[in-house]
This record gives sequence, C-alpha cells and structure tokens, in this order.
Amino acid sequence: MLFSTATRAALRSVGSLPRSTSAFSSPFSSPSALRRLLSSLAILEQRDGKLNHGSLSAITAAKKLGGSVHGFVAGSSIKPVAEEAAKVEGVEKIIAVDNAAYDKGLPENYAPLLVENIKKGGYTHIIAGHTAFGKSLLPRVAALLDSQQISDITAIENENIFVRPIYAGNAIATVESSDPIKVITIRGTAFPAAEAQGGSAAIEDGVDPNVEISVEWVSEDLAKSDRPDLATAGKVVSGGRGLKSKEDFDKIMLPLADSLGAAVGASRAAVDSGYADNSLQVGQTGKVVAPQLYLAVGISGAIQHLAGMKDSKVIAAINKDGEAPIFQVADVGLVGDLFDKVPELTEKLKSS
Amino acid sequence: MSALRILVPVKRVIDYAVKPRVNKAQTGVETAGVKHSMNPFDELSVEESVRIREKKSAPGGVEDICVISAGPAKSADVLRTAMAMGADRGVHVEVKEGEDLEPLGVAKLLRAAVEKENSNLVILGKQSIDDDAAQTGQMLAGLLGWPQATQASRVVFGEGDKVEVTKEVDGGVETVRAKLPIIITTDLRINEPRYASLPNIMKAKKKPLVKMSLSDLGVANERRLKVIKVTEPPPRQGGGKVEDVDGLVSRLKELGAI
Repeated sequence: MLFSTATRAALRSVGSLPRSTSAFSSPFSSPSALRRLLSSLAILEQRDGKLNHGSLSAITAAKKLGGSVHGFVAGSSIKPVAEEAAKVEGVEKIIAVDNAAYDKGLPENYAPLLVENIKKGGYTHIIAGHTAFGKSLLPRVAALLDSQQISDITAIENENIFVRPIYAGNAIATVESSDPIKVITIRGTAFPAAEAQGGSAAIEDGVDPNVEISVEWVSEDLAKSDRPDLATAGKVVSGGRGLKSKEDFDKIMLPLADSLGAAVGASRAAVDSGYADNSLQVGQTGKVVAPQLYLAVGISGAIQHLAGMKDSKVIAAINKDGEAPIFQVADVGLVGDLFDKVPELTEKLKSS
Repeated sequence: MSALRILVPVKRVIDYAVKPRVNKAQTGVETAGVKHSMNPFDELSVEESVRIREKKSAPGGVEDICVISAGPAKSADVLRTAMAMGADRGVHVEVKEGEDLEPLGVAKLLRAAVEKENSNLVILGKQSIDDDAAQTGQMLAGLLGWPQATQASRVVFGEGDKVEVTKEVDGGVETVRAKLPIIITTDLRINEPRYASLPNIMKAKKKPLVKMSLSDLGVANERRLKVIKVTEPPPRQGGGKVEDVDGLVSRLKELGAI
C-alpha cells in the first residue's frame, strides 16, 4: 500500500486544507506539489557502528523538499547508529535493518534491500550523498526502480526540478524529472550536514529481503590521518606538481596544514607522480570541496582541478608562474617559489 | 575458466582539454565545431581489455573485445580509435544528434547488447566527462543482476571464473571478489592508455564495424529528464596578487579566511 488510509483521506480533502497545515507545508506553491504527498528517504552511511555525520547532508536536502523525512541505516548492531540518527531534527522516522550482511555497503545486496524498503514506505524521493558509497549504490537502485537518477545535485528548485553541474562544473543544468520516484545523489558541499540534535524520531525495523550476495568483500586499505576530513574540512591546503617529490610534499604541505588546522589535498599531477595518496585528489575525478579557505600550492589550475574547488569561499594561490590559470580564480595570489614562501607562511601562521 | 567476451562501451564527448561554452539559447553546451574525442575513462576501459589479452592475465583467455557506442554518425570515429588500440570489432548504435540517451537508456541498450553478444565482462568508464552522471555501469549491473566493481584501479583474474577488483573509495581502496559475469568501471589509476600507432589506425579501418539502430536492439529512447536550461556558472573574479607572505597573511585575515 502506497499511502496510509489517513493519508488518503487527507489527500482527498487537500483542496480545502489551509496551506499551513503541517502535513502539507510544502515550500512550493504549485498545486501539483500538493497532489502527491512528498515523502523522502535519506540514505545514511555508517562505518563500524558509527554514523557518518557527513551523510546527514541527505537529511538537509530532504528537508528542503518538504514533506516527511525518513532516514535509512543498515548494518550489524545498528541500534546505536539508528538512535543517533533519530536525534536529527525534522526526521520523523529512522528505518533500521540490523544485519551484518550490509556492513560493507555492497550494492549487490544493499540495492535490493533499499528497493524493498522504498516500495514499502511509498517514498517519492530517495536521497544519498554523491560519495563512493552513494555513487556505487544509488544508480543500481534507480535501475531496479526504472528511474533515471539525478546525480550530484547542488540545488533543489522544487520537488521535480533540480540543479546540477555538468562538464566538470563548466555549465550548470536545471533538469526536471518525470519519474514517480526520484533517485538523487547530492553534492555534500552544497547541503550542510543536518545536526544530530533536537529531534526524536521513531525507530522502526525495515524489511530485509536477505538477498544472496554475489560478491565477496576481501579487504580495505584506508589512509589514516589525524587531520580533518578533506571533503568536509573548513580549510584545505592543496599541493600540486610544483612540490617535486613526496618528501617535499610532506615536508612543505603537512606543517602548513597543521598551522591552519586544515585538511591536505592534492592535484591529479601530484597524485599521479606519487607525491600524495589517491584519496587526497581534488577535482572532477577526485573529491569536490568547498571550504572557507582553499590554498593551492604549486597547482596551475587546470579545469579538471577547478571543478573540485571553485566553490570555495576564499581561494588563495602560491605559484611561481604568474600566468598560471589558478590566479584567474584566486582571491589572493602570491607569485613566488613555494619552497621559500610556504615555510615562511607556515612560520608566520604559527606565530600569529 | 570461461574465455572472456568483453564488451567495452565508449562515448564520444567534447575533448577534455576544451573549455565548454554554454550556447546562446541556454539549452546546452556548444558542440558545433568543437573538438570531440573518446571519453578519457573509456580509453582506460579499452586499454584494460587489450592488456588482459596481451598479458594473458585471464586463465581462460580473451575470445573477443567488442566496443560499442551509441551516438551520432561521428561516434564511429571513437570506435575506430578503440579498434586501433586493439579492440576486435565495433558496434555503432546510431542515434541522431541532439537525441542523446540518458544513462538508464544506455544501460538498457547495453543489457540488450550483452545478451546479443553473449558478453561475460563489461568494462565501462566510471563516468563520462560531459554529463558527469557516473551511473551507467551500476545501472547495467542492476538490470542484469550481475556483481559490480566500480572505480576499479586493479583487476586480477583467478581460477574458477573469479575476478578480484581493487576499487577506489573515499579515504583509500577496497578489494572485492566475484565470479564472472561482472561489470567493472574504470578509475584513472587503472592504467595508462596507449596511443594508437599509424599502422594500427590503418588496420583498424579493416576491422568490422556494424551499424545498428535502437530498435534493432529492441530499446526506445525514453527520456525522463527534461533540460530546462543550461547556464554558465557564476564567474569568479580573481582578486589580484600580493607582493609577499605578509601581504598574503593580512589579505587572508581581511577576507576572514584565517
């Protein structure tokens, strides 16, 4: 059943309801927005029994749509994660599935799991972050629902119309979806994570189809770092080919990052040359960041790199080539040898 | 171990080095007279397929590498390029200019192609650099009910049709193992694609290239997303340069960045 009996009754009388009635307090005034009750499912990520707070961006986006907002979590001993998610303000319900088979978020069984719960809940909008997890999972879900996914959106115009960058952020497309169930991934930097406080959502067990898994999880190797997470950091210092070697990258960039309390990023050139780990890459094919401060060191500013950082609040650049394209987008630029300028900057930041 | 019958979907896109311009009518990006080439991630897929054969890394060997593209007449060029890199043959599903398929449509078309070609491995790029959707491989895997290994940086074949794939994930890498048939999408780190040599470009002209229509594969172009408008992103103004480190620090303070 798609809607509860109460909902159906409410829907029938929708024409006579005042706009402010809570169930219909949609931010959109078009009558079509009222015809079908909006209800969103935000897919939340967890790892080792800990809620990934970055994934609460999906709830922020769901709240912007209006309508009811449910959250979804799955994994072993999921209760504490569900309880934490239930504290997010504005979330009505957390659907939780307790099964270790979902711990690694493998799309082969996670996608059918989601589809079952989406059908049961009658959701109109399915939202996840455009993260490695969301990117691998949601298109599979969309295909199973016969829905054309809308990827990496940066804004919501109404329940059907979404804004997303294309061509590495060189153009912004506004698209309207005609699918009954909208499957959406969101750009985390465009929707700040909802805070996990102030709410008291109900926790409900989801349905578990227990689909046999066709893939075996073997191992993982994650970079360990005490610095802030690149995708969500308030400040990012990023190094490019100009750093010359891994030793120099570490020697120059890490103290600079620590003097600012910043995350470390890198250009593709730096990653390909082995100066920095893959996971640090900022750009079209790496992470998209939008911190308060992005400091580009020894990075020329190719369009693929700009795609990952040009929404930063303040961009600063240090490069010895005064003609480098990065200076066209930088709010403040310093032309000079990074091997002199960066250690000097690090010292001055430390002492100030 | 089954012999591999590899299907490699490739897409013709605006060359990655070109800065795209939004057209005057704000309906899309200007494509006329703009250099196009194979989507860079698809080059990696073609390269990987050819390497699997050359390095004899699959115990059952490689029986066939078929490249497929859905797009306007000029998409045949990227299929020829893929054949010059080492693919055996090409399938061109001709779609009129301006009637591009959405990822779901491509996935449905590829499902039909997989069934027709009896493929047991599909290697796609992780995303196309025009639409940046990053969906097609996963959708195809969902439609076929096959395992999927996305953003692969390493593919290793073992006995008993087993494939082990290392995937790039946030914060590092993850390795999964599955049995054929499987869908793999390639990430930048998987290999360094070769340039097609002139003799190979000449040879590629003689390789079979079959032309088809969507209806030959029993699919329709059913669009679900309507593009309302395409605009330029708000321009960013460079804020000028400072003379020295002190200038940099004080400017960052003024801007409230530190």
